[in-house]
Amino acid sequence: MIGFVAWRLLQAIPLLIGVSLIGFGLMQLAPGGPLAVYTLNPTIQVQDIERIKVIFGLDQPVYVQYVKWASGLFSGNWGYTFFGGRPVLDVILERVPATLLLMGSALSVAIVLGLSIGVLGAVKRYSVFDVLATTGALFALSFPTFWFGLMAIFVFAIQLRWLPSGGMWELGDEGNILALLEHLVLPTLVLALVITATWSRYSRSAFLEVMQQDFMRTARAKGVPPAARLLRHAFPNAAKPLIALLGVELPFLFSGALVTETIFGWPGMGRLFVDALNMKEYPVLMGMMMFTAIFVVLGNLLADIAIAAIDPRVRLR
Amino acid sequence: MSATAALPESQGGRVWARFRRHRLALAGAFVVALLMASALFAPAFAPQDPTLLDTALRFRPPFAEWAHPLGTDELGRDTLSRLLYGGRVSLTVGLVAMVTTVATGALIGITAGFLGGWIDMLLMRFVDTMLCFPQVFLLLVVAAFVPPTLLSISLIIGLSSWMEVSRIVRAEILHLKEQDFVAAARALGASRRRIMFRELLPNAAAPILVAATLKVASAVLMESYISYLGYGVQPPLASWGNMLTNAQGYFDTVPWLAILPGAAITLTVMGFNFLGDGLRDALDPRLRMDP
Repeated sequence: MIGFVAWRLLQAIPLLIGVSLIGFGLMQLAPGGPLAVYTLNPTIQVQDIERIKVIFGLDQPVYVQYVKWASGLFSGNWGYTFFGGRPVLDVILERVPATLLLMGSALSVAIVLGLSIGVLGAVKRYSVFDVLATTGALFALSFPTFWFGLMAIFVFAIQLRWLPSGGMWELGDEGNILALLEHLVLPTLVLALVITATWSRYSRSAFLEVMQQDFMRTARAKGVPPAARLLRHAFPNAAKPLIALLGVELPFLFSGALVTETIFGWPGMGRLFVDALNMKEYPVLMGMMMFTAIFVVLGNLLADIAIAAIDPRVRLR
Repeated sequence: MSATAALPESQGGRVWARFRRHRLALAGAFVVALLMASALFAPAFAPQDPTLLDTALRFRPPFAEWAHPLGTDELGRDTLSRLLYGGRVSLTVGLVAMVTTVATGALIGITAGFLGGWIDMLLMRFVDTMLCFPQVFLLLVVAAFVPPTLLSISLIIGLSSWMEVSRIVRAEILHLKEQDFVAAARALGASRRRIMFRELLPNAAAPILVAATLKVASAVLMESYISYLGYGVQPPLASWGNMLTNAQGYFDTVPWLAILPGAAITLTVMGFNFLGDGLRDALDPRLRMDP
């Protein structure tokens, strides 16, 4: 097991280097270069720009800039924002709790719902429930998140006035847990809809596949009751593709959260990304791309390790 | 005798028989055909020029008058005309992006799968790396840097979503290249390029076709996302995404302005998704969602 973990960790290193190369390369595409914000500002003199270039190290060859930037990533120096000059890593980190709260609640709702729907559909294959659930899942996957969010705001916030339309707290009411929960309901529902659909589809096919295996027939033949067959025999085997799905879904969750956060004014990382884009805050954009990508690599790594922990065949390969 | 009647002999006939049983896929095909026709003949169906302003006729509700069957927006522009022309934009972007995605993905997948070795290793690690970034992040960053035109938006969407296709094609090629017909072609002295593009690629057509259909759906969705956030199709050109952005400002008083373009996006994406799902079942039972 230790060998497997070490091997997977080693494999993650070239991946992270590739990620940093693409992230760095993308930012070189920025029109006017990374200093566009300054060059377009009429109050800044040419000699000031030269000075800023030297300060940021932009007068050096590209590969030197890359090495400096990449080693900065390791030591926690992710650069500074154009406006306000705050450390990029701090700006990103202060948005993480809000996104984690939203993603965590949406994911838990979606996994519980999606898994139940999928397992029930697999057990009662081709029943009315199964047909409705699989069709409904495809419907849900076709909704544009932002439109669904707007409709939810229209119905529940504007028409019925049951829930707040956006934000995380009311002004002057920060720290009120009940108010926070109230604000959490709509964005969670919107984000959870698509994830539930994906999970119900994947868990249905994972369980269908496992239930056709020989050991399931053996379990039935030797008289294991249905609930135990499902929980003790089918579940551990069907869990593997689902854990892999969890690892793969992380990047999607960030992007889904981006749209959802924008609509609901949720002060998380997705909002930060859109705001940074509008303000041409390239250091923040670059930092967020790296932050997310590192998170995704780690997510996949953890998923692989979890699968290896469940299934010895994987780690012996 | 009755057995032969139940099972059509040609492969096309069998595929069609399986596809026809899938009612939602038929509905999807119908919706897609309808949308294509309405986009193609938008100038004939549209009551007026989609950019024509008439500030005296703002916020007309739908189904109220013949001149504006679906009402007018905040500048008095005809909503039906804008939806039809917006559909042109969405479908164009969807199709061009899909072609880009499929061409890139198929080329990389077939190269990696057929040549193998270190080329395969390098290409697939590149795919892994690209998949570490959420597509919306990649899209938005590049869209913010490149001047938005229909072509650039389509290319950006296409070039940020080919990774799955390349994995599907590679897996298919790995399986196909062990088949006898490839050995036969090789024995007959066929060049590598001929084996790749004349022998292997046509045999991988089924999964590529399914992926292509589903990719149109996701490209339409992506276009609406980036247009909604202001980095896609720019006004005055109508797109379903930027119609929604405009409508958001008047949301509490004139909700239909937001409901209509959203419904159009949903209908389109759903049509292609159901069509793709049906094609998957019909073309290749091995690829079905339920095994």
